[in-house]
Amino acid sequence: MTTTTPAVTTAILPPRRLIARTLGTPGAVAGSIILVLLVFGALFASLLSPFDPNATRVCPRLAAPSLTNFFGCDLFGRDIFSRILHGAQLSLAVGLLTVAISLIAGTIIGMVIAFLGGRVDRIGVRMLDVMLGFPAIVLAILIVAVLGVGAFNAALAVGISGIPRIARVIRSATLTLVGREYVDSARAVGASQTRILRRHLLPNLWPIVIVLGSLDLGTAILSTATLSFLGLGAQPPTAEWGAMLSAGREFMRYAPWTMIFPGLALFLAVMSVNLVGDRLSHVLDPRASGHV
Amino acid sequence: MSEAPLLAVENLSVAMGATPVLEDVSFQIAPGETLGLVGESGCGKSVTALSVMRLLPNPPGKFLGGRILFDGTDMLSLDIAALRAIRGDRIGMIFQEPMTSLNPVYTIGDQIGESLIVHRGMNGSAARTETAKLLDLVGIPAARNQLDRYPHELSGGQRQRVMIAIALACRPKLLIADEPTTALDVTVQAQILDLIGRLRVELGMAVLLITHDLGVVAEFCDRVAVMYAGRIVEEAPSAELFRNPRHRYTEALLHTMPAANPPGRKLPSISGTVPAPADRGAGCIFAARCRFAIPRCSTDLPPLTEPPHRLRCWNPA
Amino acid sequence: MPWFVRRVLGIVPTLFLTWTIVFGVLQLIPGDPVMLALGGTPASDEVLDNERRRLGLDQPVYIQYLTFLKKMAIGDLGNGYSSKQPVSEMIAARVRPSLELALGGLLVGILLGVALGIAAGLRPHGWIDTMTMSTALVGVSLPSFWIGMLLIYVFGLQLEWVPILGDGIDALILPSITIGLFLAGGLARLIRSALIETMTQDYIRTAHSKGLSAVRVVAKHAMRNAIIPPITLLGLQFAVLIGGAVVTERVFARAGLGSMLIDAVLTKDIPLVQGLVVYTTTAYIVINLLLELLYGIVDPRIRSRRA
Repeated sequence: MTTTTPAVTTAILPPRRLIARTLGTPGAVAGSIILVLLVFGALFASLLSPFDPNATRVCPRLAAPSLTNFFGCDLFGRDIFSRILHGAQLSLAVGLLTVAISLIAGTIIGMVIAFLGGRVDRIGVRMLDVMLGFPAIVLAILIVAVLGVGAFNAALAVGISGIPRIARVIRSATLTLVGREYVDSARAVGASQTRILRRHLLPNLWPIVIVLGSLDLGTAILSTATLSFLGLGAQPPTAEWGAMLSAGREFMRYAPWTMIFPGLALFLAVMSVNLVGDRLSHVLDPRASGHV
Repeated sequence: MSEAPLLAVENLSVAMGATPVLEDVSFQIAPGETLGLVGESGCGKSVTALSVMRLLPNPPGKFLGGRILFDGTDMLSLDIAALRAIRGDRIGMIFQEPMTSLNPVYTIGDQIGESLIVHRGMNGSAARTETAKLLDLVGIPAARNQLDRYPHELSGGQRQRVMIAIALACRPKLLIADEPTTALDVTVQAQILDLIGRLRVELGMAVLLITHDLGVVAEFCDRVAVMYAGRIVEEAPSAELFRNPRHRYTEALLHTMPAANPPGRKLPSISGTVPAPADRGAGCIFAARCRFAIPRCSTDLPPLTEPPHRLRCWNPA
Repeated sequence: MPWFVRRVLGIVPTLFLTWTIVFGVLQLIPGDPVMLALGGTPASDEVLDNERRRLGLDQPVYIQYLTFLKKMAIGDLGNGYSSKQPVSEMIAARVRPSLELALGGLLVGILLGVALGIAAGLRPHGWIDTMTMSTALVGVSLPSFWIGMLLIYVFGLQLEWVPILGDGIDALILPSITIGLFLAGGLARLIRSALIETMTQDYIRTAHSKGLSAVRVVAKHAMRNAIIPPITLLGLQFAVLIGGAVVTERVFARAGLGSMLIDAVLTKDIPLVQGLVVYTTTAYIVINLLLELLYGIVDPRIRSRRA
């Protein structure tokens, strides 16, 4: 198990320059455009949807895409386009929640074990490595087994299963910081441990945390949708992409649009987040920016 | 130099990307002769060595002009198959870094024997027997037992001996040694040079020795060519060059030798640095650092005079 | 101690910790396990007490824990709640379909990933490289269950080239491609970067100076040095896959270990979940070990390292 540590950037660029640099490649521009559209669609889902996503029989069962029902209709006569818009809301919210759980818990655990060092660090690293020995999906499923199924629990499960990896990276990054002069001098003037962690270490870890988060968001969206597809996440009739795909599987012979459009939405969402995240990590990580 | 040269480099120009690194380089090596190519790091001596074998990575390396005649054949016009038949068979090469020049995942026996299998068509056991002889030849004792060792199990000096065994496996006519002792301890340096010197006589091969160490050249080479910023500035038989250095750069270089200075005194150094390619004028590139420069030096490029003592200087010593 | 004995003994604490985590996590499942074991059918207190004793649930937790460890060590995974069968037998019956799929996916992944990775790595920034790398970047964003369904729709339902159900080898084609595509992207990227790194090493120059052919330089001198990261990736992916390709099995309605795990979670069959997770993680750890032993064979420096 090796986890790479992104190099520590000492200063974050001002926001405007950061955005300009992030938009430096065609992929990142395309990703940003899709992402903006997606966020816009999610925020104003209720206004933009022609139909109530859960209202049945607004159109004929399994009707093909048309001018009134852009993406066709599902088995219960619900408008797929409206459901996908509302699904965007759920996917983005769940993705952010998931990443937040991994990042917050992972950062705290990683910082603390690195800072305390010694036996705490040794045992902590050992535990993290053992956790990393669980295939990610198996760990998430195991947690769902405890928490029970549901959209929120799936987000929790994916978030928790992401903690060990984040903690491992943050621990390594913290270790390189702990030896630095400003930490020593903060110690020398008698700053408390929590103060050193909060005021001296955390600010320097921010770029790494942002990079990790931006790289994880796509995976988080994909993983929670996967759990829903498996029947372990969002349950019907919730408008969720993974659950819609799972339902669409049954009818793809007669109504392929029931699985094509939710899958496309999921793919575009994950891809746009990955394209932007990938670029952002290059901009924030000076070591990666000169990539071979 | 009455007999036909084994290697004749004629007006060779090479660039790395847009930067010229060799300009109009010419020299010859007769069969069995040893030529030393000296100069500061970055002067183009390693590029010259790699160019002869056509091992310069391309891109960025690019041949701009000239010829490299080995035994009468122009290396630059050969196709890759003909080139491979020469590499490792008729020309052997050893490199500066014995630590990294051997493949860490194969035994030394395998790496030496490979040339024999490829060029001589030997089978595994014949190659093994011959490899053991080669290890004896390069002074690795109890050779049979050493065949199955890996590079990381050997010292730097031993690894360089293995490199020499690889280079000499097919008894080449020419050995190119690119700073073969730079990365080694001083005592080991002498041993490796002695070894190359002995084998040169035993096998009757010519050697092109690339080095920045004039002491090594004085001891070892029949002739010396001095390079500065991609050009040969002086070339003469060793004894003549050390007795009578004429180019101002050669002169300055000799003054920096430890042997030329009383012990305990700080060694003199040549002031200034080599100008970047963009900052070079039309004249002699050394002019900017030369204490004896005359006005013409910075405007006209001096031509290289004819053998036996070739020289590229307007105001020689 | 020889290096491989050290390695083999090294996994004992890892196994122990892993099993402990599985036990600990499953203790957290809310609800009375006896009720779950009885599948929610109403029962008298006497029946419940008997069942509790039979399952050893009347013992204190630490006794249960020690019993659990002891049973794991001898491969006794208990009986499933719903089937009442030994979990180890239930798992054994499903290993084959999962293994077939894992091997099929691996084959497709290797063929595609190795070819593209080498082509891209030998000519960085050439057209194959540019195409492969952009496809790989897009590919990681593709939901594998969606790809699987699109494959079924196009090749199974519209073109009718391959059956989408059944036990035959041809029913294995589409699911293998689904998994293979997923593997190929990561593999190609790794091979590419490892190869680019290796091709600039001094020993490659030495190999060229010996007059070796380009094929021999790459296949013999570069690949063996560049191969450890790709082997690692493949080994770990294989380890995950033999625990069941959860998603792909679901999409293609294959009865493997992955779909068994989902069903076990949905029916709250705790011993079965526990057994499957123990099996999967143990397989993962053992394969990890085998990989480390393999590195020792590929790279002699690892054998002699004292750690």
